[in-house]
Amino acid sequence: MAVTQGRRRLIAAGVACALMGGLAACGGQSSEAGKDGVVTITVNGMPPKTQPVDRKYFEEDVKAFEKSHPKIRIDAREGQMDPQTFSAKLAGGQLEDVYYVYFTDPAGLIQRGQGADITPYVKSMAYYDDVKPEFLKVFTGPDGKIYGLPNGQYSLGLVYNRDLFKKAGLDPDKPPATWEEVRQAAKKISALGDGTVGYADYSKNNQGGWHFTSWVYSMGGDIAVRKDGRWKAAFDSEAGRNTLRMLHDMRWTDDTMGSRQLLQIDDVQKMMGAGKLGMYMAGPDNIPTIVKQFERKYEEYGVAAMPGGRATLGGGNGFMFNPKASPEKIKAGIEWVQWKYLNPDRTALEDKRASGNGVPIGLPLDRLFTGQAQAEQDAAHAMYSNVPQGNYKPFVEGNARLEQKVEPPNAQQIYTVLDGVMQAVLTKKDADPDKLLSEAAKKVDGILATVK
Amino acid sequence: MAAPTLTRTPTSSAEPRTAGGGDQRRRRCRIRENLTAYAFLGAGLLCFAVFSWSPIVRGLLLGFQQVSFAQPATWVGWENYRRLFDDPLFLTAWKNTGYFTLLALVFGFAAPFVTAVVLNEFRHARAYLRMTVYLPVMLPPIVTMLLWRWFYDPGPGLFNNVLKLLHLPGQQWLESENLAMLSLVLVSTWANMGTTTLIYLAALGSIPGELYEAAELDGASIRRRLWHVTIPQLRFILMITLLLQIIGTMQVFIEPYVMTGGGPDDATVTVLLLLYRYAFVYNDFGLASAMSTVLFLVLGLFAGIYLRLTRGKG
Repeated sequence: MAVTQGRRRLIAAGVACALMGGLAACGGQSSEAGKDGVVTITVNGMPPKTQPVDRKYFEEDVKAFEKSHPKIRIDAREGQMDPQTFSAKLAGGQLEDVYYVYFTDPAGLIQRGQGADITPYVKSMAYYDDVKPEFLKVFTGPDGKIYGLPNGQYSLGLVYNRDLFKKAGLDPDKPPATWEEVRQAAKKISALGDGTVGYADYSKNNQGGWHFTSWVYSMGGDIAVRKDGRWKAAFDSEAGRNTLRMLHDMRWTDDTMGSRQLLQIDDVQKMMGAGKLGMYMAGPDNIPTIVKQFERKYEEYGVAAMPGGRATLGGGNGFMFNPKASPEKIKAGIEWVQWKYLNPDRTALEDKRASGNGVPIGLPLDRLFTGQAQAEQDAAHAMYSNVPQGNYKPFVEGNARLEQKVEPPNAQQIYTVLDGVMQAVLTKKDADPDKLLSEAAKKVDGILATVK
Repeated sequence: MAAPTLTRTPTSSAEPRTAGGGDQRRRRCRIRENLTAYAFLGAGLLCFAVFSWSPIVRGLLLGFQQVSFAQPATWVGWENYRRLFDDPLFLTAWKNTGYFTLLALVFGFAAPFVTAVVLNEFRHARAYLRMTVYLPVMLPPIVTMLLWRWFYDPGPGLFNNVLKLLHLPGQQWLESENLAMLSLVLVSTWANMGTTTLIYLAALGSIPGELYEAAELDGASIRRRLWHVTIPQLRFILMITLLLQIIGTMQVFIEPYVMTGGGPDDATVTVLLLLYRYAFVYNDFGLASAMSTVLFLVLGLFAGIYLRLTRGKG
């Protein structure tokens, strides 16, 4: 009896100790390196193991970087900025020193002080002056300071299925250039029957608002404008009404947008991958996703510039820096981002390595530089291109003539409201565009009132 | 006779002392005996404090702060609550959640009960039928949602094709403001009724057979037996599942998030979906915490009723 009790007590004590020990360990801080002058930085953006080729190249790059920069060690992690875990990681001291963000994130992160000011360190960075100013602007705070660096870029256009174009008697090399032409093409594609949808669009989880914004830009309008230092909603306009009219007519008069709505990006990509969709609004970066996920061929898809000839929405991604990181770590992080992502000197080498392994080279993306630096990159991409660049000619030519616009401030909150506008027009035949726009504008004005 | 009295006197005068010493010793002994229990209790309480109570307290505090996690939080008083009550979606979300809960009670409460009563009548293939009813619970929720999105697809979807076979008009299951919430409730009921059905089946099994025999001898019909024997016998368990169902359905999130994103026209925005948006789309943890405090209070009310009901019956 005594033995059993003693043993029980021992186990209980053990359990309690283990719990205490575990908790103590949880509170531990990662040690700052630097005994021998070597700085270790944590970075994310490493491709997952499910993408073995990309992963291998990333690891090779880390090794090459460490060899050429013996005082820097890279501790690479998978993943990107995930809004669901970001704040928890930051609060718990687990956020990487260099973290990946989408262009929609920096404004909010800067406002909340969740990114480090890197202004003092970037001035001496190689090729810094060649980076297009509009992309640096995304990472510039209201105080004029720089908080991050871009590494990828897209502008929205029209991704289309060339095979369906041919079947519908349309010329795949001359995709629609106006919304009226999109409407006509959608009619012909839908007429193929068998559940084929001419044009599809998003209306869920803020993606509807994102695309509505792009629609309004393409019609020559705006979502929000700054007047006398105050932001106001601007989509209750002719451009907004034209957008809703076109969507309504395609959905209800022509019945070319399919009956299932409340879609988001992966639903539409699935339709495209299944060969059941003619066109949708997207950047050229969607094509590799469709090709990889649904085992399609690059030859099947083309990209046209945003119809309307006015403007398009541009976005992208980049890297920001942990506000709690030391200056040494920030400097090392900038070295890494420049060497790995903003480096025209390595473009040819990387393209050569990747071109034979199914990594797409030559998509009209990531034109982050101006002048000579961009020309060098373009030449390397052209030399090692393994995708049908001719299919993207309508996009490249048309896009150059369009004004590139960025997303409105407080984009995500505004998109929640605009999701409702997209949903209403796509699910209600008798939706009233004027009422929808004026009600949404009132709500958006409220959201914009908090923007400084 | 006297001797015992005499001997008793000193003993009795000494009794408190001896008894006191014995009590102390016994108490000490009891503490020592229970040391193991205290150790486990301490570890358990510590676990609750760290993983359960401290996040709750922190959540309550966050509701009065503006937080960025990079800089120290600033106190903003009732500001988050003011903004919360100003948000027109706040009321919509509560109305929608209330509507979902109500519908879930009509379907989710009745369906498992009826299924359990019917299943209980089967003499053959019992195990098989029980497993079939329980099967949806084992599917990961995301799989269930995607499966039902296909059922609901107004084009090639299962439901509209069945309606077509019956020469009935197809429905916009998720795309219509009137039907969207009902469609979500149906998925939720299908996905979760297995567990409740099993609870009812277990409870039905514990009803003494003699009650039914007596009722049968008195010539009671099936309906009367159900009304006068089954339901009164299951009253307590029905009350508990009702409360659990209310607490569970008020936290509905994954159905609207995956299937409708809150649409069409905010018809399926629920409290938790709005809370999720505040926290993870707008990164406004103060506002989200204020919202979760409100939800906590409402759920706490039901949890209180639950605790009160179960206290005596434990």
